[in-house]
Amino acid sequence: MLDNLDLLLIAPVLNVQLLLDGLFIGAIFVLAAYGLALVWGVMNVKNLAQGEYVIMGGYFAWHLGTLGIHPVLSIPIVFAIMFVFGWIVYLLVIKWVITRDLFTSLLATFGIALMVQQGLNLAYGPEVRTADSGLGTHSLFGGLVTVAEIKIVSFVLCVLLAASVILFMKTSRMGQAIRATAQDPRAAKIMGIDTERVYAFTYALNAAICGAAGVLVAMVWVIQPFYGVVHSIRAFVIVTAAGLGNIPGVIITGLGLGVAEQYAGFVLGAEFQQATALTLLVLVLIWRQIQLAKHRMVVQ
Amino acid sequence: MSPSPMIEVRDVSKSFGGVQANRAISLNVPAGKITGLIGPNGSGKTTLFNSIVGYHPIDGGSIRFEGREISALRVPQIARLGLLRTFQQTRIYSKMDCVRNMLISVPHRNAGFTDMFKGYSAEQKDKAERLLEFVGLYQKRHLVSGDLSFGQQKLLEFAMALMNEPKVLLLDEPTAGINPTLINGLIDRLKRANEEFGITLLVIEHNMRVIMNLAEHIYCLAHGEMLAEGDPDEIQNDQRVIDAYLGAH
Amino acid sequence: MTSEHTLSGSKPLPAGSRRATRFAHNADTTPWYVYAALLAFAIGAPFVIPAYTTQVAFLWLMILFALTWDIVGGQMGYNSLGNIFFFGAGMYISAVVQVGLFTDVGTYTSARGGEQLVLDHGDYFYGLVLGMGAAAIGCVIFALILGRIVFGLRGPYFAIGTLGIALSARELTGTWEWIGGGSGIAMPVYPGLPHEKSVVFYVILFALAALTFLCVRWLYSTRFGLAINAIRDDEEKAEAMGIHTLRHKLVAWSVSGFFLGMSGAVFGNMTGFVEPLEVAFPTVTFGIFMVVMALLGGKGTLWGPVIGATLFHVIKEVTWTYLLGWQWVALGLLIVVNVVFFQEGIMGWLQRKWPERFGITVDEGMSAGAAGREAAR
Repeated sequence: MLDNLDLLLIAPVLNVQLLLDGLFIGAIFVLAAYGLALVWGVMNVKNLAQGEYVIMGGYFAWHLGTLGIHPVLSIPIVFAIMFVFGWIVYLLVIKWVITRDLFTSLLATFGIALMVQQGLNLAYGPEVRTADSGLGTHSLFGGLVTVAEIKIVSFVLCVLLAASVILFMKTSRMGQAIRATAQDPRAAKIMGIDTERVYAFTYALNAAICGAAGVLVAMVWVIQPFYGVVHSIRAFVIVTAAGLGNIPGVIITGLGLGVAEQYAGFVLGAEFQQATALTLLVLVLIWRQIQLAKHRMVVQ
Repeated sequence: MSPSPMIEVRDVSKSFGGVQANRAISLNVPAGKITGLIGPNGSGKTTLFNSIVGYHPIDGGSIRFEGREISALRVPQIARLGLLRTFQQTRIYSKMDCVRNMLISVPHRNAGFTDMFKGYSAEQKDKAERLLEFVGLYQKRHLVSGDLSFGQQKLLEFAMALMNEPKVLLLDEPTAGINPTLINGLIDRLKRANEEFGITLLVIEHNMRVIMNLAEHIYCLAHGEMLAEGDPDEIQNDQRVIDAYLGAH
Repeated sequence: MTSEHTLSGSKPLPAGSRRATRFAHNADTTPWYVYAALLAFAIGAPFVIPAYTTQVAFLWLMILFALTWDIVGGQMGYNSLGNIFFFGAGMYISAVVQVGLFTDVGTYTSARGGEQLVLDHGDYFYGLVLGMGAAAIGCVIFALILGRIVFGLRGPYFAIGTLGIALSARELTGTWEWIGGGSGIAMPVYPGLPHEKSVVFYVILFALAALTFLCVRWLYSTRFGLAINAIRDDEEKAEAMGIHTLRHKLVAWSVSGFFLGMSGAVFGNMTGFVEPLEVAFPTVTFGIFMVVMALLGGKGTLWGPVIGATLFHVIKEVTWTYLLGWQWVALGLLIVVNVVFFQEGIMGWLQRKWPERFGITVDEGMSAGAAGREAAR
């Protein structure tokens, strides 16, 4: 099983392949994790449906692809659809759980996740799918390392998307209102901010970011109705390890998780790739607990 | 000062990030007495309380309880030694009725593993009801405690603390938020708890009239440092204390 | 009111009856005929409706699921999404024991079901009993180890952490070739007719569910019951009062694991085949049913999980096939509606509607009435 480890030592350029693949996929994880941190920080809702929104976006892109729309061009469309979807989910469910205890929001979003994944399963079937971009592949180091053009395109789009979201949060009126509400909702309300609308917008924005990330996942990787759970877990791992409101931390952890998964998949076998995120989750939680035990605090 | 203080705090410092909440605080809580701790808002009273009961680690100094160093122990361990605190924001088990709140507060000092599968004896039930009567909640003993008024919840929390048979009870602003007409009754009960049950008290209080009535010895904190100590008369006439409260600092 | 004061005053209660010395603060006030009716149904079902023996056996399993989830999730307020872990772990432990008693596990699993383990009655039940015992003990050990990890976590981290444990157990089991990996292990073949088999497992599951119910009923009447309720209401306060919180949490989690592990062992033998995704760690089916059933019936109550499990199971059995594939979406919807708009559950709703029937006092008038009854007795 560990033969591949020797392979890495014999042909060090393979590391380049793993690193690149890890970074390309990790960049997408960062998007979903950022969305989670946003909703968590602003409205204290732990959205367990995060991964399902990613997969949902992916399926929309795939569907649009069958209608002849290139996945890259479908990003704005999916972004808009998911934004509306997020807003509707907010009005129907999230609105009622914001002020309730932690588990209510967690279970409610869990129920949403179940509905989304099963709905996708009914609509598109359980087959593993990829949105075909029709782009070629580049070979480096005499064919030892291959880089699909789509991965580079996806990475660039990912960076652009993240940058524009961060810019939006920093400069726009809505972005400022969101950040104000995150700091102190009551004060924000008194100062005339419509916190209801801020919450709805934040949740919708999160769904849209996830959806866009899903398009990228569908382009460079695979989607399947039940793959959402692992994406949710990944987002939680990243946010838990990096901490809320720590954007550089989220970026570094997200990229690191992508690389770690690639290495685990290569060295231990493909079946371990998913288990990596889960195992890391448990490890991160233990690590956090040891850290907090030092200060005699509890993980809230 | 009595020969062996119940609680002996020596040079305790605690900072949060860059904020020095307690700087080299020392105080003694003599056995069987009522000791007061006063100070303006943000002077570090509650931080000191939290340090004593093991809520967070201290940066330096020592805290001794009955001669034993407790600054490295955790909250439940310290509570089991007989050093109990009440909360500024009253905390009770809000979904249980008063009697159950009382019963679960029996001392856990010597609780062995199998004790958790036992029931409660008639004496314990009797004691719970007598203590509820002591604080004036007997009529409401079967009410769900979350439905009680804030003042009644405070009384319940006090009764729960007594049920735990502590050696020392640290009370964080026992009269805050209580209807002024009930304050005298509460002072009376605190004094009786001290005299009849022999419980040593350390009380944080904002209400000057209450603390002057209650405590035999008072410490005053300001800006995280010990400003003054003495009996109520001395404190009342101490220019530094008056300045601290009037903001002349 | 004077009668009340003498009642609690210096004069102690007449300590004639033994009950007086053991004050049952969480006494189960269920009338005897409820138990009698349940027992009659349990015994009669295989005779009266033999065609539904397996369905009713599943009902007992569902009740066990809801009851064990509610110990930690409802009564203690630690909402776990990963209790299914114990079910699967117990199943695999029993499989390894039952197979390992008679043949080499590695060779057996590598034959990929090419080899069938056929035993006589004596050997089969010897293996089954041993397997169930090992599953129970193994799961308690797992609970003690994992509990130390997850019980430092509060709120969402606990739920996610437990979910992560269940999911990673599922993934890792699938990669472990010695116990069959993703293709699973065939259990020893039941030495008898199919009908006999369904009755035997019916009896075992009912006994297990009844045992679980009696155990939690007893636990909730002890100090333990009050202590885990205290942890649910305010854990920080419980710590500040000196309650051994970790000890209580580990015991609650272990009791869950004990019964779930055994039920997993039984279920594995019932289906005859153990495999990680659908049978041992069905996170999306049984794993979620547990939570839904306890919530539906009313978490944190003795009968809530039982009522919730029964209602859920009956609805599911009746409507499942008519929903034409939409049943899972309906399940998600049920969770959302239940959590968001009906969180108190059926028992919670009943208790709010008719509190005096459940011995809950709501105001002073009530209290006087109750005291009068008490004095009259």
